[in-house]
Amino acid sequence: MARLIVLGGGVSGHTAATFAAEWLGSAHEVVVVTPNSKWNWIPSNIWVGVGEMSKEEVTFDLAPVYAKAGINYKQAKAVSINPEGSESSVKPFVTIEYTLAGREGESENIEYDYLINATGPKLNFGATPGLGDANGLGEFTVSVCTADHAVHANEEFQKCIQKMKKGERQKFLIGTGHGLCTCQGAAFEYIFNVEHELNKAGVRDMADLKWISNESFLGDFGVGGLHMKSMGFAVSSKIFAESLFTERNVDWIIGAHVNKVEKGKAHYELLDGTMGEEEFDFSMLIPPFAGVGLKAFAKDGSDITGTVFAPNGFMKVDANYAAGAYENWKASDWPKTYQNPTYSNMFACGIAFAPPHPISKPMSSPNGTPINPTPPRTGMPSGIIGKAVAHSICDRILKGEDAPLHEASMAHMGAACVASAGKGIFDGTAAAMTIYPVVPDFEKYPGTGRDTDYTFGEIGLAGHWIKHILHHLFLYKAKLKMGWTMIPE
Amino acid sequence: MGKKAEHNIKAYGKNFTSMTPGPFALKLRTCKIWQFIRFVIINIKMLIVVRKSH
Ligand SMILES: Cc1cc2nc3c(=O)[nH]c(=O)nc-3n(C[C@H](O)[C@H](O)[C@H](O)COP(=O)(O)OP(=O)(O)OC[C@H]3O[C@@H](n4cnc5c(N)ncnc54)[C@H](O)[C@@H]3O)c2cc1C
Repeated sequence: MARLIVLGGGVSGHTAATFAAEWLGSAHEVVVVTPNSKWNWIPSNIWVGVGEMSKEEVTFDLAPVYAKAGINYKQAKAVSINPEGSESSVKPFVTIEYTLAGREGESENIEYDYLINATGPKLNFGATPGLGDANGLGEFTVSVCTADHAVHANEEFQKCIQKMKKGERQKFLIGTGHGLCTCQGAAFEYIFNVEHELNKAGVRDMADLKWISNESFLGDFGVGGLHMKSMGFAVSSKIFAESLFTERNVDWIIGAHVNKVEKGKAHYELLDGTMGEEEFDFSMLIPPFAGVGLKAFAKDGSDITGTVFAPNGFMKVDANYAAGAYENWKASDWPKTYQNPTYSNMFACGIAFAPPHPISKPMSSPNGTPINPTPPRTGMPSGIIGKAVAHSICDRILKGEDAPLHEASMAHMGAACVASAGKGIFDGTAAAMTIYPVVPDFEKYPGTGRDTDYTFGEIGLAGHWIKHILHHLFLYKAKLKMGWTMIPE
Repeated sequence: MGKKAEHNIKAYGKNFTSMTPGPFALKLRTCKIWQFIRFVIINIKMLIVVRKSH
């Protein structure tokens, strides 16, 4: 009997674990180590953050789902990996620390034959003074990155609405909280949901909305922007984004590294080196992401964290980490199998794998401060990669160690993104977009780097209905209800 | 009302070069019949991208 351990029960890890359990059956063991007791459909946190959904509607208990799937579920966080075993253990193992009520802090070593690291991001609020610290989110801004954060964001948002109803003008500042953030799409969706809710509450004229982000142009989204086919043109996402911001009367600051946050004020440095500050009554700033801080040890106990993980804490995989300057970047730099180059039975998927380099062109201010988006790994790629990795491992367990690995490069993969504004069936709209491929391939698609037959975007009710469907479909799938394997990632 | 978006443009401000939707474009975004057609088309396009990605 082989044992596969999946670290992290989020979008990518849950996909990998559930497919692996399905394909391996009871002859082999799948273990999931994840600190959370609930699964969260993170994209719908946006609606929680404006009071349109409750936490309960975007989460469910993992234990009964894993029991149904025959998955051995450990509510714990992984602390370290011993990929060579140790002096007292021949097999590789993971050291975990329980978070389960009643067993908190208890530690255990679990041996494995194969390991998937799908631990997602550490929300690195501590990187910006005032945004937070080592314990997480600070007191001056809100976040929608977790369901609990989103509940808190909505509480603060409702207070602002009450103030506006009493005639007090409010300033909203939404975007990214550091020069090296990713996930601009989430902040983008949040600002337009806030704008929609303010209209609904009849207080839009009492609010000043401002976007702040590390993108060098509006509509970069961490993917270097995209050209979408529209009205017979290949139109840049910059044009679309600027149009939407103007239409909804949302001001913007771009190329900004937020370097300090205090009560009611964010300080920032711009790409041209100038410094500025922006006052706010309500601010949602996405933190930068880092790896979750797993350690790795060799058989003799020496620290090999630097061999297994990149300096940002994400796990090294089959990417080209020596591509160098932007001019040398190629689509082929991006990983295909997500296998760790040193330990062949170890893989990483979703946000947990170390990308070779950003997708957007790296930039810095004259003061040397890097200000550019880091690469997003959104839900669809995270799910597809998780499934491909599970497929590879299952083949190796069932067919032998030489079975070829499955490939899922982000340079050969598209993504569908739907950014809503509002939640009602008929009173909301959404920007529905597809991008193909996620990582531009300028050799294959000269000029735009993307296939404009499959890269498109438009705003309307239709996208909004799709967003609703995706919410229900992915929760249905994650609960492993009838026919779940037929639903694509 | 239909030209409300245009009124948000500030001469020589950072949004001066933006394109803004007119009344017809805005109407289409919420026209249920048109959006139903777009819904079908967008779904087909998304499914093609999903298929190409697996
Ligand atoms: C507000 C918001 C809105 C978004 N909206 C969209 C959207 O509309 N569309 C889209 O495609 N994408 C969206 N995304 C991105 C999407 O949520 C991510 O791409 C996706 O969650 C990444 O999956 P993952 O499994 O890598 O990480 P996660 O889903 O974050 O899962 C990581 C898991 O690992 C666990 N973990 C952490 N540390 C450890 C440890 N030490 N040991 C074990 N487990 C650990 C975590 O608890 C978590 O369960 C959004 C993101 C945010 C924040």
